[in-house]
Amino acid sequence: MIFKSPLARAQGLGSANKGTGHWWMQRVTAVALIPLSFWALNLLSLSFNADYQETIAWLDSPFNIACIIAWIVAVFYHAALGLQVVIEDYVSTEWMKIVGVWTSNLIFAFLALIALIAMIRIIATG
Amino acid sequence: MVEFVLPKNSRLTKGKTFKAPEQAVNVRVFEVYRWDPDTDENPRIDRYEIDMDHCGPMVLDAILKIKNEIDSTLTFRRSCREGVCGSCAMNINGKNTLACIKAIDDYQGVIKVFPLPHMDVIKDLVADMTHFFAQYASIKPWLETQTPPPADTERLQSKEERARLDGLYECVLCACCSTSCPSYWWNSERYLGPAILLQAYRWLSDSRDENTGERLDELEDPFKLFRCHTIMNCTDTCPKGLNPGKAIAEIKKQLVTRHEG
Repeated sequence: MIFKSPLARAQGLGSANKGTGHWWMQRVTAVALIPLSFWALNLLSLSFNADYQETIAWLDSPFNIACIIAWIVAVFYHAALGLQVVIEDYVSTEWMKIVGVWTSNLIFAFLALIALIAMIRIIATG
Repeated sequence: MVEFVLPKNSRLTKGKTFKAPEQAVNVRVFEVYRWDPDTDENPRIDRYEIDMDHCGPMVLDAILKIKNEIDSTLTFRRSCREGVCGSCAMNINGKNTLACIKAIDDYQGVIKVFPLPHMDVIKDLVADMTHFFAQYASIKPWLETQTPPPADTERLQSKEERARLDGLYECVLCACCSTSCPSYWWNSERYLGPAILLQAYRWLSDSRDENTGERLDELEDPFKLFRCHTIMNCTDTCPKGLNPGKAIAEIKKQLVTRHEG
């Protein structure tokens, strides 16, 4: 028998006093990815049509290095934020939700790290 | 996890058919969800053929005709029969609306009448609204002030300040919007849903209220507010033509302004 009042149930654990930053950064990274993804089409085109040395030469400019690093950071950050929302929406078992969110965040952080290290290595060693 | 399939005891079965009188020429068919908590039976769909020459124009008129003349066991809520009480909210042909202000002629063919989606059913078309109204109470839907009221007048509002409540105060809390929202289906335990958030914004918009900061504190939560992903089912289904989706966006804008502005 549950005598907890409906209001107590509705109030739950109260407000987490966060969420705005998450929601806002999802929009900021989405907007940033519009020009960055158009730029990334160049890189995609090079990967199909140019050889390795030509691609490295193209990447070896401050603007293009900055763009690829910004694209990597934005794309993985955006993916992590988005997948967290999907997990929170559809996984209702509390421990699975928490483990799921952190697993996804760590995987995306790790993938971003690999991509960044690969870029630095390519630029540094040519 | 989210349940995409109905549990076994909720699967629908075929119910009884109630034929129209033989002399009836203008017949419409209503298929109505029936479930009786006093039996162990699964919910069933009963089929009622109605003589439209002896029935009012609205869906609620047909449901009342069934109750009064055909099958008195049918259970539903109704009160004002003119769209101001919000009692007769139900799912008609796949869309939540108020049966009393929805014309039968707006539909073609068979009219399917179900209770509001994803709510516990008490009986037939009656959904359990306890949690919904408790969520409403949780946002403190009343004026909160620190300044004492003026000694000789009420708290004044300009016409412009009053106009900011238009499109917000008209909500009758029928729950059509909240129960059309997949986020509310999956997470209603914590997500407040469009109806309650529309009302939260109604009090955030009131020029006389002095509790905006605390109200925003209470709403700033990944589940209470940010489960809204702006799919706009709420605005699409609102039988009063209101726009809860926009109200939720305005709350998010206020929170962003507070953080980033």
